Amino acid sequence: MSTPAAADPASTAPEQDPAQSPEPGGSKAVAGRRSKRRPGDMIFTGLSVGSGLLIFVTLALVAIFLTVRSIPAIRDSKELGGGPDAISLWSFAAPLVFGTVFAALLALIMAVPVSIGIALFISHFAPRRLATPLGFMIDLLAAVPSVVFGLWGGVWLVPKMQPLYELLNTYVGWFPLFGGDPSTPMRNLATASIVLAVMILPIITAVSREVFLQTPRLQEEAALALGATRWEMIRAVVLPFGRSGVVSASMLGLGRALGETMAVLMVLSPGATFSLHILEVGQHNTIAANIASQSAEATPDVMARLIFTGLVLFVITFVINALARAIVSRSAKS
Amino acid sequence: MAQAINVEDLNIYYGDFLAVEDVTVTLQPRSVTALIGPSGCGKSTFLRTLNRMHEVIPGAYAKGSVEIEGSDIYGPGVDPVNVRRRVGMVFQKPNPFPTMSIKDNVLAGVKLNNKRISRSASEELVETSLKGANLWEEVKDRLDKPGLGLSGGQQQRLCIARAIAVKPEVILMDEPCSALDPISTLAIEDLIHEMKQDFTIVIVTHNMQQASRVSDRTGFFNIAGTGKPGHLIEIDETEKMFTNPSNSQTEDYISGRFG
Repeated sequence: MSTPAAADPASTAPEQDPAQSPEPGGSKAVAGRRSKRRPGDMIFTGLSVGSGLLIFVTLALVAIFLTVRSIPAIRDSKELGGGPDAISLWSFAAPLVFGTVFAALLALIMAVPVSIGIALFISHFAPRRLATPLGFMIDLLAAVPSVVFGLWGGVWLVPKMQPLYELLNTYVGWFPLFGGDPSTPMRNLATASIVLAVMILPIITAVSREVFLQTPRLQEEAALALGATRWEMIRAVVLPFGRSGVVSASMLGLGRALGETMAVLMVLSPGATFSLHILEVGQHNTIAANIASQSAEATPDVMARLIFTGLVLFVITFVINALARAIVSRSAKS
Repeated sequence: MAQAINVEDLNIYYGDFLAVEDVTVTLQPRSVTALIGPSGCGKSTFLRTLNRMHEVIPGAYAKGSVEIEGSDIYGPGVDPVNVRRRVGMVFQKPNPFPTMSIKDNVLAGVKLNNKRISRSASEELVETSLKGANLWEEVKDRLDKPGLGLSGGQQQRLCIARAIAVKPEVILMDEPCSALDPISTLAIEDLIHEMKQDFTIVIVTHNMQQASRVSDRTGFFNIAGTGKPGHLIEIDETEKMFTNPSNSQTEDYISGRFG
């Protein structure tokens, strides 16, 4: 997202050029030998190249910080805690990684179908009078701070979800996700994932809507003229056209869900297991929420371990983004 | 298969704006009717009311009656989706479905209509439709390749194959050659000649030579000025329209005095 923005000033720079040099035959000079260096150009070039480099430098600094500071944790990976409570770095980090990915995937599974539904409603079903305010509302939802979502989830949603969870546990408890032994208050991974889903809904919806709106009118009319109903037209034309956009939108959402801190911290009662029972309390935690809750009073040893988990999260989001790019560019080619 | 179209007192609107006023005309079966006229005179708009594609645009609607095979397509309770299955359409620019192969493009309409179709029947339909569009020989070895890999003219014939695969009674063509080179245009015009054995064809064209080459009858639309509604000025045998039209506006237009 930041790269096209950084490239923008650079691409507008040549357009300014002719305006600054009304001399006749200027284009010939440009084509022939090196053109005269103009101060405006040089400043612009410097600024945009500098901004581009700044991204690299920042990213490198963060990566170096995470790596260097987590070295002590990797080196002393078996010793921390001492006595019977001692746990290795692996058993410290792995449940957190599991909890992080699990929560994000659950959120994605809930958010993507709803987002596609909302996006299609706005782009193809709603009358314009309704579509525009609805679009604004979705964007507004994206602007709500995560602390607010955390409060809402922790205070309001947790008790409200309880009857549903009990129902699920009683009747579909054989299904691994809904098994286990839920206890009140239900500050479990299910609620945390729902809050995450609500938080990533706007970004997925907004990007999907943009893509669906770009479906060529001629393609849509081709389907309609063949006697397609609106849904058939969407299935035959709009969804195939928007597929890569929806994938990249979902990956953006996944990235946000992976890194989200406050909402999870304020909803989830933490634990450190590999449990699949999302209704059970005190089983899971995410990397980000764990760092936030523990870093304030961490000893240097613990701090190194927290930074190590931060490095892991950094790598995970990096891989997810790379994957998203790969999928998008592959489907763009075909 | 081919059916006459009886249009009576058709008024076509975009919101409050009356775009085409009081069209009453009968379009003959098994023949080609060309619609000509200056830009913005409402000929394309009129064409799109014949399969109820006009109302796809927000706020657009039509009043009056259009009878095909004795039933009014604007009658109460008529589903536009069913109308469009009986009246095929070919657009200005070739628009095959980009994500589908040549074969799937031909079968798209049939599959949309939710008909279960056996493999052998679908292969046969693909072959007859592509042969009907004079495209079979050129693509028979690459039916599974994407439709977008074809040239513009081939794509347009693919769109015609797609339209005739659902066995419509009427085929509407909205300037089908305007994006094509002369060779491809010739191929489409030859095709139109063959297709009129089976279908009622209505074609909108900006090219008067094309109208005189392909059509049996020609209708001339005109507007009195910007913001005024379009009218069907005259419709007659093509030969008469281009040699001895009854209306002076038609004569001015075809002899190049305006438009």
